[in-house]
Amino acid sequence: MSVLAYGVVAWLFLVGVYGVVTSRNLIHLVVCLSVSQSATDILLLEIGYRTGGHAPVFVSLPAHPGPAVDAVMQALALTDVVVGAAVTALLLALAVQVHKRAGTLDPDALRATRD
Amino acid sequence: MSRRARLVFFTAAAAALAVTLGAGLAGLPSFGSQITSYARMLNELAPRQRHVTDVVSAISFDYRGIDTLFEEFILLGAVTGISVLLRPLSDETRQLAEDKAPDRTIPPPSPAVWLLAVFLSSLLVLTGIETVTHGQLTPGGGFQGGVILASALYVVYLGTNYVTIERFQPQPLLEATDGVGAFGYVFIGLLGLLAGVGFLSNVVGLGVTGNLISGGTIPLLNLVVGVEVAASFAILASEFLDQTAVIRPRRR
Repeated sequence: MSVLAYGVVAWLFLVGVYGVVTSRNLIHLVVCLSVSQSATDILLLEIGYRTGGHAPVFVSLPAHPGPAVDAVMQALALTDVVVGAAVTALLLALAVQVHKRAGTLDPDALRATRD
Repeated sequence: MSRRARLVFFTAAAAALAVTLGAGLAGLPSFGSQITSYARMLNELAPRQRHVTDVVSAISFDYRGIDTLFEEFILLGAVTGISVLLRPLSDETRQLAEDKAPDRTIPPPSPAVWLLAVFLSSLLVLTGIETVTHGQLTPGGGFQGGVILASALYVVYLGTNYVTIERFQPQPLLEATDGVGAFGYVFIGLLGLLAGVGFLSNVVGLGVTGNLISGGTIPLLNLVVGVEVAASFAILASEFLDQTAVIRPRRR
């Protein structure tokens, strides 16, 4: 179970980086970066998970006995999501301006225009 | 670097990274076996100490409130950066479609879309306010609720004509709201200093656990964060939509 859970994290991260490396379009590249970044969300939530645990919300306790999962990791995942959204939006704004200046979104073609 | 060389370089680097990452992940405690004693302690303490039922909110806005302060300023910084990046450049001008072709009218969206937008936007506003105000009780809070509130505006864009809205949209008001939301967090933090305890201390009356008004500063911070996030995402949408609908190259 551990192998599967943590293997997903490594696979998701590497697949995202592969997309960034081979990307032919800046918007595709930004999406690949967020795929890569989502690996950290999953890792945080997995570290905080406890078998049979319930959400750290103590509203109707008798219906949900047993231990709660790690709330600190969930708070960190929330931070991660917000920062990820901010970075994605900023990169997309850059992509808009690159397309206006260079007329293309292909990173390889961008290098050709610079030389 | 050619594509092939880059791919070879990536394969080598990815293999090395996979080995290191695998070794690191293998050193973690097995999945689902235990959580840290810090987390166990907070799960025990937070409902009694802060009178909240959602411990995630208590951690985000109280125990680690300073983290969320910086997180909020990261969002503010990103939105400021986007506003600067997407401003009309020296060779561009703001021009609405009806100014460009006054003899042609923009076709209105279909009545079905309009009706759906009316229903959906009111539902989204309601859900957004519910999510923001119940952050200390159930999952949710300022960040999540703020995004839902901003998406209500996106639905309004969909159901009407963006160019028409753009003419009436109070951009300075949106920007001021964003700033007020960000500064409100600092202000609530300063209340702690005024009361003679630390910055961002929970100095407001805690109320009864499980009530809507409970948790001291936690619902207040959720509220200002909700305002800030909603304004941020509204500015974000209008900046990107301006690029296609309003900003055009200046004719020479």
